[in-house]
Amino acid sequence: MDFEDTAEEKAFREEARTWLEANVPTADELAGMDGMQRAKFWQKRKADAGWACIRWPKEYGGRDATAIENVILGQEEAKVDAPETGVFGIGQGMAAPTMMTWATEEQKQRFVPRLATGEDVWCQLFSEPAGGSDLAALRTKADRDGDDWVVNGQKIWTSGAHYSDWAILVVRTDPDVAKHKGLSYFFLDMNSPGIEVKPIRQISGEANFNEVYFTDVRIPDSQRLGDVGQGWQVALTTLMNERASIGAGGGGTKFGTVKELAESVQIDGRPAIEDSHVRAKLATWYVEEAGLKYTIYRTLSALSKGAVPGPENSIGKYVAGKKTQDMASFAIDLLEQEGIIRDRDQDARFSTLFQDTYMSIPGLRIAGGTDEIMANIIAERVLGLPQEPRMDKGIPFTEVPTGAN
Amino acid sequence: MNFEFNDEQNLIKDQANGFLAENCSPEVVRQVLDGDDLYAKDLWQKIVEMGWTATVIPEEFGGLGLGYLELVVIAEELGKACAPVPFGSSVYLATEAILAAGSQAQKDAWLPKFAAGEVIGTLAYAEGGGQTTAASLTTSVDGGKISGSKAVVSDAEISQLMIVVAKSGGGDGASLYIVPTDQAGVTCEHVQTLDPTTNHANVTLAGADAELLGKDGDGWKILEAILDRAAVLYAWEQLGGAETCLVQAKEYAMGRYAFGRPIASYQAIKHKLADMYVKNTLARGNAYFGAWALDTGADDLPLAAATARVGSTQAYYYASKENIQTHGGMGYTWEFDCQFYYRRSKVLSVNIGSEGLWQQKLLDAAQSNAA
Repeated sequence: MDFEDTAEEKAFREEARTWLEANVPTADELAGMDGMQRAKFWQKRKADAGWACIRWPKEYGGRDATAIENVILGQEEAKVDAPETGVFGIGQGMAAPTMMTWATEEQKQRFVPRLATGEDVWCQLFSEPAGGSDLAALRTKADRDGDDWVVNGQKIWTSGAHYSDWAILVVRTDPDVAKHKGLSYFFLDMNSPGIEVKPIRQISGEANFNEVYFTDVRIPDSQRLGDVGQGWQVALTTLMNERASIGAGGGGTKFGTVKELAESVQIDGRPAIEDSHVRAKLATWYVEEAGLKYTIYRTLSALSKGAVPGPENSIGKYVAGKKTQDMASFAIDLLEQEGIIRDRDQDARFSTLFQDTYMSIPGLRIAGGTDEIMANIIAERVLGLPQEPRMDKGIPFTEVPTGAN
Repeated sequence: MNFEFNDEQNLIKDQANGFLAENCSPEVVRQVLDGDDLYAKDLWQKIVEMGWTATVIPEEFGGLGLGYLELVVIAEELGKACAPVPFGSSVYLATEAILAAGSQAQKDAWLPKFAAGEVIGTLAYAEGGGQTTAASLTTSVDGGKISGSKAVVSDAEISQLMIVVAKSGGGDGASLYIVPTDQAGVTCEHVQTLDPTTNHANVTLAGADAELLGKDGDGWKILEAILDRAAVLYAWEQLGGAETCLVQAKEYAMGRYAFGRPIASYQAIKHKLADMYVKNTLARGNAYFGAWALDTGADDLPLAAATARVGSTQAYYYASKENIQTHGGMGYTWEFDCQFYYRRSKVLSVNIGSEGLWQQKLLDAAQSNAA
């Protein structure tokens, strides 16, 4: 048992580090660029040198690298001051694997390499007002018209819809068959006529998500992935990758920052860190944080031996979401009345860190699978427990109870 | 990254699992629970024959000279089986004390006997009335004779020697002594505890022969080091127990029907079991790091040990209580085995200091690491 690279991993790490250090964009190169331009600049440079999407086959812009090599590259990239490339996450993390599994060879050649180079940004049009955790309850419909499909309806919680070039989309093509059997899966140009994107303001004050409205939007049938009615199966390919790619998040609120706060504020005239109640709470969070870290190390060790990540990785978001929320809440309490200030001009020290976490973390506990869905995934896919009986099985979608009159 | 056990270690684990399935069935545990035996003697004899008590003892003292990664996989299996044997007291505490602080002569005298299973040992440090500290110690030594009382000492009645913590006039205020139990000055009074599958006694020392272990006045420091090491080993045993609770709860929930379907299909039960899995998984990650730190002698050991200890204590408590809850009324009956783990989880959660004490130690270590 050790934390060392194998000889091959070490060689790969050296090669990656050398390239990254020599090629990370300089401040001069990035001058005058906005976030998207910086992301595209860096992504293109990586792709040109064969350092983008390295898990993918070479013919689609990748490097045929292993899972552990991908992790090593990520670790090394985190050490250099490279531009943030999160805008490509959905395209590279979800659309690309789905395209590679279900698209024609011609489509793969055309679209997948442009995801590696960052030339195209994709978004994911899945969730709907009536279909969140129960995604397959979605109602946006597509009707066949010659060689096209005509889409009408509404999607919601779409990250990046306002700047995306392309999208993956699940729609209902047959409401008269059972819920999961009436879906079909497409990809489409986000500049298609009839698409309207409206930002959603979150309780944090930011607007990372959108509503997307479809009015007679035409999609060529050639952009269908899988058979008509096979959309659920295709969507599962995407979703398997989603939960792997939505990380723990929570920003800088972690054991270290809350401990630092506890050292700087007082309880009964003594540093809060000396209060046994405070220490007990901090210890419990440390145990969870360390437990997650070493669980990831175990996963990396398995990847190093060639294993494939499984549903057990659902625990990261499940644990971190609740823990981070409690930590932010506790940090605010430690600050007493001052803790409610969320004004960067007034709080120089932690720069509204805990308050921002407090307001953003409810979203993280919902995005990409709520805590409750994550617990179901662990119970069903890891422990093998049976599903709950369902009211929507074996009946046409039109007869499924909806709560609407 | 190679944060995993190797093939040989996994083989030892598999062998231990098979051995205990054959030799430590729930009936064996139940016999100690219901009967007058202080521990499962036949099982202990077979464990000795397997060489488990010799695992980390160097070959020059008749041991196997293996590492702690080999010992923790055995500890986990003992925990899974809820084995009613003095393995922790003798191997994690007494043997470790001699290994840590013994002179060459003391090692020559005792380690071969531990390895061969000729003696069972334990550590006696608590004196009752809540937390014991160096300052609160009353047991004292005068002219090589030890006097005082130790409260609720694990496996005292079945041990041939005790490592006793007594107060000292110098250093950190404590010293350790080796006290053979086969002498007039040592009296054990059996105490009933939450877990009759473990053995505990109040020990009275009245001018018993005692031999200094380690330097006079270094006792508390040595004790802390021993407890850090034992914390990792016990964490693996606790983790094993927590895993069995999850297995039991899952099996029962899959087979038990209510309102026409298995209770395992209700989210109230599924989420409970998912939480058990999550706590066990996090505890396992921390137990891994503890094992690594123990095996390599890393400076991080105090932090790693406290983290493993707190994580496993929390996981075992949760799994053992929610296992009973999942079983419903049957889980509360004497007939079912859920009780074994509910009892053992509490005994193991206080035996070398409660969760709260280890949380404080964790923060001490985290603060000194950062400094």
